[in-house]
Amino acid sequence: MSLCLDIRKKFPGFSLNVSFDVGDESLAVLGASGSGKSLTLSCIAGIVKPDEGRIIIDGVTVFDSVKGINIPPQRRRTGLMFQDYALFPNMTVEENIRVSRRHCGNETDELIRRFGLESVRNLLPSQISGGQKQRTALARTLLSCPKILMLDEPFSALDSHLRFQTERELSEVFREFHGTVILVSHSMEESYRLCGKTAVLHGGHVEISGATDDVFRSPKTKQAAILTGCKNISRSLGTHDGKIHASDWDIELQCPDYHVDAKYIGIRSHKIIHGGGVNSFMFRVIQAVENPFSFTVMLLAKENASPVFWEADKTLWREIESDTVKISFPPENLLMLKE
Amino acid sequence: MDFYPLYNSLRVALVSCVVVFFTGIIAAWHVSKLPAMIRGVVDVILTLPLVLPPTVTGYFLLRLLGPRRLIGAWVMSHFGVRLSMSWHSAIFASVVVSFPLMYRTSRGAFESVSKNIIHSAKILGLSDSFTFWRIVVPCCKKGITAGAVLSFARALGEYGATSMIAGYIPGKTAIISTTVYHLWRTGNDELAMKWVLVNVAISFAVLIALNVIERGKS
Repeated sequence: MSLCLDIRKKFPGFSLNVSFDVGDESLAVLGASGSGKSLTLSCIAGIVKPDEGRIIIDGVTVFDSVKGINIPPQRRRTGLMFQDYALFPNMTVEENIRVSRRHCGNETDELIRRFGLESVRNLLPSQISGGQKQRTALARTLLSCPKILMLDEPFSALDSHLRFQTERELSEVFREFHGTVILVSHSMEESYRLCGKTAVLHGGHVEISGATDDVFRSPKTKQAAILTGCKNISRSLGTHDGKIHASDWDIELQCPDYHVDAKYIGIRSHKIIHGGGVNSFMFRVIQAVENPFSFTVMLLAKENASPVFWEADKTLWREIESDTVKISFPPENLLMLKE
Repeated sequence: MDFYPLYNSLRVALVSCVVVFFTGIIAAWHVSKLPAMIRGVVDVILTLPLVLPPTVTGYFLLRLLGPRRLIGAWVMSHFGVRLSMSWHSAIFASVVVSFPLMYRTSRGAFESVSKNIIHSAKILGLSDSFTFWRIVVPCCKKGITAGAVLSFARALGEYGATSMIAGYIPGKTAIISTTVYHLWRTGNDELAMKWVLVNVAISFAVLIALNVIERGKS
């Protein structure tokens, strides 16, 4: 199964222009709120009609503006789990799951057992917990036998202790699901662990897409770097002596891979190294915030510069704890980023 | 005391309540899906009978259903049924006048149903009519029931348009409201008072029922 997507839609002040191809794999769509993630899912499901373009699901054209094809959502065979789960409030858990049953190997009772819903099967959605609601919604979607499984922010409404459990359950569902999975999220950690492919959506278009590992290792754009968790990003300018000037931090860095297109330079906070070497500077410590397993140290190179965030090992920082610190930005850890 | 007006009033109100129940919620459902511009216009037309003087509504009805008018004449010649000045004429008046109450109450209820629920149903492959009758309507049960009770109460209290299209014929088109007017005009104050009390009692009961329904909502 596969999905070929190439759609455009204009709104006042926003335009969506998204295209990607996904096969039998799971794709994470990362994006800030308002980047068009949920809108893209709505277009695939047939809830929103794009102005132009094509959507092909498993070889079947479900939307084509040129040929005038627009198959209604009922016949697209997609599965979309909404952020608020959208369970039918007048039906019990079991009725919710059973209502859309098609035959494709999944059986109601089996799914109810598997998702641990036996004890609540006769309760209404208003009477069950958030995690149970989500599992009900997931079971309902699976039982409708979709060719594409789409999940819109599945973690956002859950308490932190439920997130990890949900993630494990989802990874099992993803592994068993025969088809394309699209996970929309603004949470990079879960996406990283769950999906083999990642697409970064910004301002209504795909900025970068590819294998998740590659996208996280080399985000290529400023937005992709932010969304993959890079805390340190500065504007950059090439200098005459082959270095680059990171203007927000007000330091000059050696960077063999520098390219003129790179308007920004970034470094992940845990890739900064304590001590001397290439690209090492004395920084003034503004603040050190203690995390459960590390310190986030806020540093300034010069007055009026923007701070650099360094994630320091707990024992290391306890040893050095001082007003100034020497750290280095290894050239191989620098990210060259386009606008 | 001849109880025909009570019987006739309840009969007219019940029939019109059933008619308005279905037409009102179906209209509300379709109107709530229209594009904003058209929705505004249709909404005004469907709500108009709520604010027009009942005599104006009655006048319109007579222009359409009178024995020599467009619809009235056609029905008369094809089915031999007279649409005005019979007991069922009052139904037309009650329906038109109480329709906006059912329509507006259920539209409000429909608009409060989350869009994602309706979208979800579609994506799961459920038909529009299943989604409407088995999901949307049950979700709006209280709003819809409240609308139906209000329309029943309004139909029961209808006088103006009814007196024009059905008139007052004792034992035929007489309903409580027209009977009270007739009795007062002919100086039968005592009997008029009795009918007034009957009407107040029924309306009281209906409004208490409405309150009970609405309290159950929260």
